[in-house]
Amino acid sequence: MFKKLSIAAVAALTLSTGGAMAEVVTAYTEDIDFSFEGPFGKFDQNQLQRGLQVYTEVCSACHGLQYVPLRTLGDEGGPHLPADQVRAYAEQNFEVFDPELDDFRAAKPTDLFPGSNLESAPDLSLMAKARAGFRGPYGSGMNQLFKGMGGPEYIYSILAGYTGEEKEEVGTLFYRNTAFPSGWIAMAPPLSDELVEFADGSSNSVSGMAEDVSAFLMWAAEPKMMARKQAGLTGVIFLTVLSVLLYLTNKRIWAPIKGKKVG
Amino acid sequence: MSGIPHDHYEPKTGGEKWLHSRLPIVGLLYDTIMIPTPKNLNWMWIWGIILTFCLALQIVTGIILVMHYTPHVDMAFASIEHIMRNVNGGHFIRYLHMNGGSLFFFAVYMHIFRGLYYGSYKAPREITWIIGMLIYLMMMGTAFMGYVLPWGQMSFWGATVITGLFGAIPFIGESLQTWLLGGPAVDNATLNRFFSLHYLLPFVIAALVAVHIWAFHTTGNNNPTGVDVRRDSKAEAEKDTVPFWPYFVIKDVFALAVILAVFFAIVGFMPNYLGHPDNYIEANPLVTPAHIVPEWYFLPFYAILRAFTSDVWVVMFASWITGGIIDAKFFGVLAMFGAIVVMALAPWLDTSSVRSGRYRPMFKWWFWLLVVDFIVLMWLGAMPAEEPYATFSLIASAYWFFYFLIILPLLGVIEKPLPQPETIEEDFNAHYPKAETPAE
Repeated sequence: MFKKLSIAAVAALTLSTGGAMAEVVTAYTEDIDFSFEGPFGKFDQNQLQRGLQVYTEVCSACHGLQYVPLRTLGDEGGPHLPADQVRAYAEQNFEVFDPELDDFRAAKPTDLFPGSNLESAPDLSLMAKARAGFRGPYGSGMNQLFKGMGGPEYIYSILAGYTGEEKEEVGTLFYRNTAFPSGWIAMAPPLSDELVEFADGSSNSVSGMAEDVSAFLMWAAEPKMMARKQAGLTGVIFLTVLSVLLYLTNKRIWAPIKGKKVG
Repeated sequence: MSGIPHDHYEPKTGGEKWLHSRLPIVGLLYDTIMIPTPKNLNWMWIWGIILTFCLALQIVTGIILVMHYTPHVDMAFASIEHIMRNVNGGHFIRYLHMNGGSLFFFAVYMHIFRGLYYGSYKAPREITWIIGMLIYLMMMGTAFMGYVLPWGQMSFWGATVITGLFGAIPFIGESLQTWLLGGPAVDNATLNRFFSLHYLLPFVIAALVAVHIWAFHTTGNNNPTGVDVRRDSKAEAEKDTVPFWPYFVIKDVFALAVILAVFFAIVGFMPNYLGHPDNYIEANPLVTPAHIVPEWYFLPFYAILRAFTSDVWVVMFASWITGGIIDAKFFGVLAMFGAIVVMALAPWLDTSSVRSGRYRPMFKWWFWLLVVDFIVLMWLGAMPAEEPYATFSLIASAYWFFYFLIILPLLGVIEKPLPQPETIEEDFNAHYPKAETPAE
C-alpha cells in the first residue's frame, strides 16, 4: 500500500511539475446500500461467499490478507463455510512456508491468508477500515452510524471507477480512476464483466462483483462486526432498563428531602 | 477529616472495636462515603463519578489488553489484530478502551468547565484545582502514549510531531528529544518506553485522584450558589447538606447509567467514529500521511500550538527581544503549555469575591464565550494550516489567554455581582417550596 501510495505521490508530483496534464481531480465515492450498515445491519453470508470467490480468483493474484486467519472463514457472522470446505479451500488455494519443514506446504485452516505476492500491491486485511469514503454531514462523520465509514464503498468505487483512459509516466502505466485521490492509479482494471462465474447465478457484472468483494473485505477488516453490534445492543438495552430503575430509585430517595409525596 | 460536622463511625461489636483501635479503615470509608454534601448540587456535579469510573474502566480493560499485546515495532500492529480477531471478546475490550479514552476526556472537559463556571477553583479549593490540573496533564500524556501503541500511521507520525515539540526548546531541545525517544527518531525504544509509561501513569493518576478527593473532602464540595455550608453545628450543617450515601451515590450512578447507554451505542455501532482511518495502516517511517491530526481531545491545544506562526507580531517581538532564541516553533510550544498554565492559575487570576458565575452578570458572557472559543479551537485544530483557519486560530488562541489574564482579574474590580442567597438551604427551598428542613 505504501509503495502504491508513494507511486501515486510521485505521479502527482510529476503531474504538477510537468504541468502538461495537471488537473484538479475530486475523488468520488459511490454510496452503496450494504446489508451490514446501521446498528442492526448484518453481513449477507451469500454475498461474503461470493466476495471470497472474487478475492480468490482475482485479487489474491497480487494482494494478500496477512492478518486474516483462514479458519475464520467458518465463523458465524462471516462467510460461515462448513469446516470441511474451509479445509479444502485452504489446501487448494494457498501454499505457506513452514519453517519446521523448511519448505512450502498446502495451507491449513490454522494458517493465516498469505500476504501480497506483489510488493506494490497493498495488503487488504484492513483496507475497508483504513479508507474512509464518508466524512459527512459537514465533516462531522456522524453519518457512519447509518452508512458505515465508507471503506467498502471506497473499494467498490475504485473497482468500478475506471474510465478506460491510460497514460505512461516514467515507464509506468497509470489508469484513470474517478475514486482514486490523485485520479490516476497504477493498478490495472482488475474486473471485467463475467470474469467470475457465481454458483448462485448472481450478477457477475463489474459492479456486482465489486459490491460482493467490497462486502467481503469489510468482513475481513472487521470480522466481529455482528458480535460487536449484538453486544452493543445488549448493553444499550440493559443500561436503558437500569437507567429507568435508577431514575425511579433516585426520585423516591429524594422525595422526602424535596418535600414531595412518596409515590 | 472533613471540616463539616457530621456523625462519625462508632465501632459497636467487639470485633469492630478490635479492628478500629488497630486500623480505623472502616471509619475512614464511612467518613468518606457519608460526607455531608450540599443538597443543591445540580447535574454538572456528576462528572466526578463518571471520571472515576472511566479511570477504573481504562485500567481494567488496559490490563486485559496488555495480556495479549506485544510492544515491538515488528509485532505491535499484528498483536492488535490478534486481539481483534483471535482473543475472546478482545475486539470489544479494545473498542471499550479506545472509546473509553474519549469518554474520559469528554467528562474531564465537562468537569473542568463546571469548575470554571461555578468558581470551584477559588479559595479554599486551590489545591483541589491544582491537583486536578496535574491529573489532566497526566491524562494527556497517558492518552498520547497510548495512541502510539497500536503502531499505526497516526501513532507513528503523531509521536514524531509531538516529540518534535521538545526539539523546539532552545539549546537543550535536540538532546532532550533524543533522550525522550531513546534514539534519533521514533523507533522500538520509543514504543517500549511509551508502553511502560502508559501502564504506569494511570496508577499515578489514581493516587492523585485520591489526593484530589481528600482535598475537597477537607474543604467540602462547592455548589451552584458558591455559598459555604454552615458548619457551626451539626444541626445547621444538616440544613444545607445530605449525606453522600445514598442521595448522591444513587443520583450519580443513574447519570452514569444514562451516559454508559450512549457510550455502548458508540462502541457497538460506530467504534471507529472518533478514530482516524490511517491508524489501520501499519506505521511506515517512509510515508507521511497527508494530514497528521491528533485525537479530538487534543485539537484545541493543537490549534493553539499552530496559531503562532513567524509572521505574527507577538512572535516577531519575542524573537527580537530574545535575540532569536524564541522562534515561532518554540513560541507555539510555550503557548500550548501556557494555555494550561493560565488555566491552572485561575484561583489567583480571578479577583472576584463572588464564587459562583450564577451571580456574576458580566462573567457569564465571557465564560460562555470561552466555551464557544474552546469548541471553535477544537474545530480549527482539525482544519489544514492555511487561511482563513490560521487567522481564526490566532484570534481564538488570543481569546483563551485574554480570558484568563485580562478578563478574570478585571471583572473582579468592575463587575457588580447580583445578590447571593444567604444559605444553601434558602437556594434549595426556592427550587422546592415544599421542602422542609429535616426535623431532628
